[in-house]
Amino acid sequence: MAEYKRSTLIADSPSGYCPGCLHSLATRLVSDVIEELGQGDNSLNVISVGCSALNILYWGGDFLSVAHGRAPAAATGVKRTNPERLVFAYQGDGDLAAIGLAEIMSAANRGENFTVIFANNQTYGMTGGQMAPTTLIGQKTTTTVYGRDPATTGYPMKMCELISTLEAPAYVARFALNSPKGVRDARAGIKKAFQLQMQGKGFTFVELLTNCPTNWHMTPLQTLDYMNTNTIPYFKPGVYKDTEVDKA
Amino acid sequence: MIQINERLCKDCKYCVKFCPKQILETGTKRNARGHFYPVVTDPEKCISCGICATMCPEGAIELPAKGADA
Repeated sequence: MAEYKRSTLIADSPSGYCPGCLHSLATRLVSDVIEELGQGDNSLNVISVGCSALNILYWGGDFLSVAHGRAPAAATGVKRTNPERLVFAYQGDGDLAAIGLAEIMSAANRGENFTVIFANNQTYGMTGGQMAPTTLIGQKTTTTVYGRDPATTGYPMKMCELISTLEAPAYVARFALNSPKGVRDARAGIKKAFQLQMQGKGFTFVELLTNCPTNWHMTPLQTLDYMNTNTIPYFKPGVYKDTEVDKA
Repeated sequence: MIQINERLCKDCKYCVKFCPKQILETGTKRNARGHFYPVVTDPEKCISCGICATMCPEGAIELPAKGADA
């Protein structure tokens, strides 16, 4: 790294996220990439409900705060009426994979030309750590106190795999933010997704594996190890769809 | 050499864990929010790799351009 300066797109104050929360790292990465692309004044952040809504006080650029799970629907409207804008939805796993499942799948299937940043921390962080669709098998939450049992609650939902089966999306990728390499890859992935959007290539989806020290009841450093041994083996990082490469 | 903005630090210790030269450690002073922020124990050994800045969730660590901090 030659040089690093904190982006002016995020407030000059600590974020509202808990100490060690990789959500704030995800937000910072997005702001860094937008600034690098020179799109600071042209970007629009569609903020959903959940911990991602803490961005309302933290995000310095234009944003839209929308109903639970409906960020892709709102982003569709904004992008269609302002095609020159860099539009992205910033959603968590409870928002995107549970209540907003219809919106995300429909927007992806239509190949809408915006980006979705999906922060997956395998729990409902904001409401107190309930089970999310992405909660791992055996993971304890306040609604699965003996650990998630697939017999009654099903299996963790793999959104990248689901969306990559659709015809329309241009870029679908997953990255883990628990190591410097993962963060660098994620930054490159977010940049690629935004560039594809600016070229009008269609729907781009970037999943970022994050943690929740508060609701996993761990220290921030313990969550990084937990992600290595539990999260990453199930939610495998990688590029799931890239129409540019597939064509070549 | 890195610059730490202690005002933004939340004491997650990611920078301390990932520093390849092991020259960051949690200090003994707290910031206004009550978090112990990191200090550089041996500035001479810093190779300006920026891994601490990469991992800091809050962007509290900045890496000035070469020569700017001389």
